[in-house]
Amino acid sequence: MFVARSIAADHKDLIHDVSFDFHGRRMATCSSDQSVKVWDKSESGDWHCTASWKTHSGSVWRVTWAHPEFGQVLASCSFDRTAAVWEEIVGESNDKLRGQSHWVKRTTLVDSRTSVTDVKFAPKHMGLMLATCSADGIVRIYEAPDVMNLSQWSLQHEISCKLSCSCISWNPSSSRAHSPMIAVGSDDSSPNAMAKVQIFEYNENTRKYAKAETLMTVTDPVHDISFAPNLGRSFHILAIATKDVRIFTLKPVRKELSSSGGPTKFEIHIVAQFDNHNSQVWRVSWNITGTVLASSGDDGCVRLWKANYMDNWKCTGILKGNGSPVNGSSQQGNSNPSLGSNIPNLQNSLNGSSVGRKHS
Amino acid sequence: MAERRGPCGIGGFGPAGSTGGARAGSSLATGAEPEARARSFGGPANSRWLRLGAMEELDGEPTVTLIPGVNSSKKQMCFDWGPGEMLVCETSFNKKEKSETVPGCPVIYIIRKDVDVYSQILRKLFNESHGIFVGLQRIEEELTGKSRKAQLVRVSKNYRSVIRACMEEMHQVAIAAKDPACSRQFSSQVSILSAMELIWNLCEILFIEVAPAGPLLLHLLDWVRLHVCEVDNLLADVLGSENPRKHESFWKLVTILVLQGRLDEARQMLSKEADSSPTSAGMCRILGDLMRTMPVLSPGTTQTLTELELKWQHWHEECERHLQDGTFASSPHLESLCKIMLGDEAALLEQKELLNNWYHFLVTRLLYSHPTVKPIDLHFYAQSSLDLFLGGESSPEPLDNILMAAFEFDIHQVIKECSIALSNWWFVAHLTDLLDHCKLLQSHNLYFGSNMREFLLLEYASGLFAHHSLWQLGVDYFDYCPELGRVSLELHIERIPLSTEQKALKVLRICEQRQMTEQVRSICKILAMKAVRNNRLGSALSWSIRAKDAAFATLVSDRFLRDYCERGCFSDLDLIDNLGPAMMLSDRLTFLGKYREFHRLYGEKRFVDAASLLLSLMTSQIAPRSFWMTLLTDALPLLEQKQVIFSAEQTYELMRCLEDLTSGRPVHGEPDAQRLQDDDIETTKVEMLRLALARNLARAIIKEGSLEGS
Repeated sequence: MFVARSIAADHKDLIHDVSFDFHGRRMATCSSDQSVKVWDKSESGDWHCTASWKTHSGSVWRVTWAHPEFGQVLASCSFDRTAAVWEEIVGESNDKLRGQSHWVKRTTLVDSRTSVTDVKFAPKHMGLMLATCSADGIVRIYEAPDVMNLSQWSLQHEISCKLSCSCISWNPSSSRAHSPMIAVGSDDSSPNAMAKVQIFEYNENTRKYAKAETLMTVTDPVHDISFAPNLGRSFHILAIATKDVRIFTLKPVRKELSSSGGPTKFEIHIVAQFDNHNSQVWRVSWNITGTVLASSGDDGCVRLWKANYMDNWKCTGILKGNGSPVNGSSQQGNSNPSLGSNIPNLQNSLNGSSVGRKHS
Repeated sequence: MAERRGPCGIGGFGPAGSTGGARAGSSLATGAEPEARARSFGGPANSRWLRLGAMEELDGEPTVTLIPGVNSSKKQMCFDWGPGEMLVCETSFNKKEKSETVPGCPVIYIIRKDVDVYSQILRKLFNESHGIFVGLQRIEEELTGKSRKAQLVRVSKNYRSVIRACMEEMHQVAIAAKDPACSRQFSSQVSILSAMELIWNLCEILFIEVAPAGPLLLHLLDWVRLHVCEVDNLLADVLGSENPRKHESFWKLVTILVLQGRLDEARQMLSKEADSSPTSAGMCRILGDLMRTMPVLSPGTTQTLTELELKWQHWHEECERHLQDGTFASSPHLESLCKIMLGDEAALLEQKELLNNWYHFLVTRLLYSHPTVKPIDLHFYAQSSLDLFLGGESSPEPLDNILMAAFEFDIHQVIKECSIALSNWWFVAHLTDLLDHCKLLQSHNLYFGSNMREFLLLEYASGLFAHHSLWQLGVDYFDYCPELGRVSLELHIERIPLSTEQKALKVLRICEQRQMTEQVRSICKILAMKAVRNNRLGSALSWSIRAKDAAFATLVSDRFLRDYCERGCFSDLDLIDNLGPAMMLSDRLTFLGKYREFHRLYGEKRFVDAASLLLSLMTSQIAPRSFWMTLLTDALPLLEQKQVIFSAEQTYELMRCLEDLTSGRPVHGEPDAQRLQDDDIETTKVEMLRLALARNLARAIIKEGSLEGS
């Protein structure tokens, strides 16, 4: 891996989240400066900030894109106890001429009485839905029944988790065999030994989300949680950021064996556990094919994990700060791709004779 | 085999380690790229997964990519995955603590995985090898025995010639580069490409050609001659000089020719020496005769190996006798050549510098002491040659290990070592695929049961998908991965940016050819949504038809109808007039199409057809109720034509529709001024309709009565 480009973000305070859109052509950033910025990649590969606006009256924790089937839609959540949905307006205004786009707030979700810590759009096959979770321990699921009218969001479900919630993840599986499912993590740090990860599943009969599982072994504060893309598997893979990185598999127990009508029961196995970050792990996220997990922790590194054919997980790469300050231009390209540069080993063994010598 | 000579001109490649002590001086490119080592992350370097059998101990450390400006001891990083890139940004996650210093200006970093994908020159390698790969997948399974082997060898040579062509171009670029650092970088890439070709060539000889004792050595000689080819420049240099014999490199040249077994050329050089130096003429003649008479296996003869060995033994003894007799005692040069031809290890090792590397030493040693070496014994000679050549001065390096693994016929080790040593997946993916087609890689199942070949091809193809145009090559690689190829393609292809209609159609075609219905639907839906947002209703409608998205087609149809109501005319007539069976996708779309048809009929003055169509839209319930008043209003001009158009029965139907509509109206609670006004207009409209209907009914009854009466 290599740093291809660096972009001055121009936020006036700490950035809390960065988010690529579905195609990787746009990104959004959010910050303690209460704003969200949207960046667009030009044909030449340069990134330009095309919108920057104040979104909340507190730190903005997370920003995330809806699937492009629903248009250009962002959701943000904040310390100010709200989540908001934003839509880009297409118009022939002056903005467009200046290369700027205009985002309007479509709704403010004000049901939480405490800081909204995470917001995630549901998998697209469920329609335009989103879930929020908040420090008051409630997961809320909203739906926009008319995808052309994003100002109408109805609160469909409120799930009480009993513990301050820090993160949520939808199960991305679109298989008919899998009911909609959401995993919730808690960073409650009071000295109890309660399990910090709960999994809720939608029940077609009661039309409610019911608790399917609790990961009893995870008792330390959880900061992030992420289901892997499904790849057609019958089971699910869940990554958890707590005092270490953990990867679980959840295998649904066959229906006839479980009590019919109730939530699916799972056989839960931990398949990997890494404490390489030394202390707290803050983020976990899968690449688009679910073959590599990235985690970020208190060691200041992003670590990449990959399974071999025997399901043995290994750290395959580390992104690490070099500690030196950045200076200079707002956008630096690094475009000397080279076959050799990545290969110190083979390189060394090849330098004994050089092509240059023979031509000198 | 024209390809074999040409690329030699670019000067061969860096032989591993060159001569003993020169290894330490390998700072040429390492010094140029200090940061490059740190970012040596992606690619096969992280392919530690490749643990086959008992090779666990070779697991390497993860590679580190340095992010400039981030202080990992104080801050953390937030990140996000994109389809081809990763975002990384400095942050501080512990929200409870107030950040002690507000950063001056946070920086976002775009991280890419496969650096090679972005190289202009290597793109040719990817493009051209793609064609060879696809051809190889189509090789008839029925082909067996010789013809199959010949095919596979040809494929292998094609791959190598692509590497060579790429290497040549890279070399030209290196020469032309003005910036020395840049030039060094390109040169080092030439070295890497050259090493790839060297490894591939050896694998071709040992695993694909499977040369038996005898021909094996001839192949190895070709291999060494191809890759240690500075001799050709030297030869031209010496022969081009005024007096070749006096050329400072004359004896060096002769020695190299002998070391490479190019004895005819060596003999010609010796005859030059004999011509001009009467004192040594005799000796030169004798050595020349020995060179001429050295028995070699000539392809196509019926000579058996035993016969060859016997002849060779005689020849060897004759050389030995001359040496013992001191025939060449007065000429150290000639004596040394004779010793080389006897395979004398000490004499060979004296030529370390000319041999360049241990595998040249190995082949020369085999040529002059074990010309009929069996494949199975190769590893023994290879190991001892490596040990003798390095002489404990240095330890083997990755390239040495890879070649050694090949000599040991340990294919998995070769692939594993290459995965670790090379930065891109191109080499291992293609070589492994070829070896798999040679049926050499069975029974080693990896994760999810997909074999090693598939694992490597998936990695390679995923890398291609990071590139804005190379992704198209990746599609075919996914196609030939039976286990996870399809699902991987599905996940990758839907993320291709649909920046232009052309690109979108390309992506759609790929999905449609593979019956990826969900991806087709999603892509069309995205485009339909984009079109609606930009108020391009025609485009939106055709995309939603293609997506077979009934709900969205209804929505767009409503927009069309609303537009019509506002402006009194339709846009995108071409599309709506030619909906055909697509009209059936949603009721509203059917209505839109039929309603437009009504307008066409009316415009063509086919009033009777228009009238019955209009009526049927209401009676069949295709028209939404909210649109009935518009339809009834449309009936007005027909009712007022001179001739009677609606029959009595049709008029009754129209009246029923109108009454249905008006009686179903809800009673308004507190009417405001605007509503009163609207109601006024509405009431007038209804009155007018009632009147027109009544008059028409009267006319129709009279007409029908008189027709029947006549």
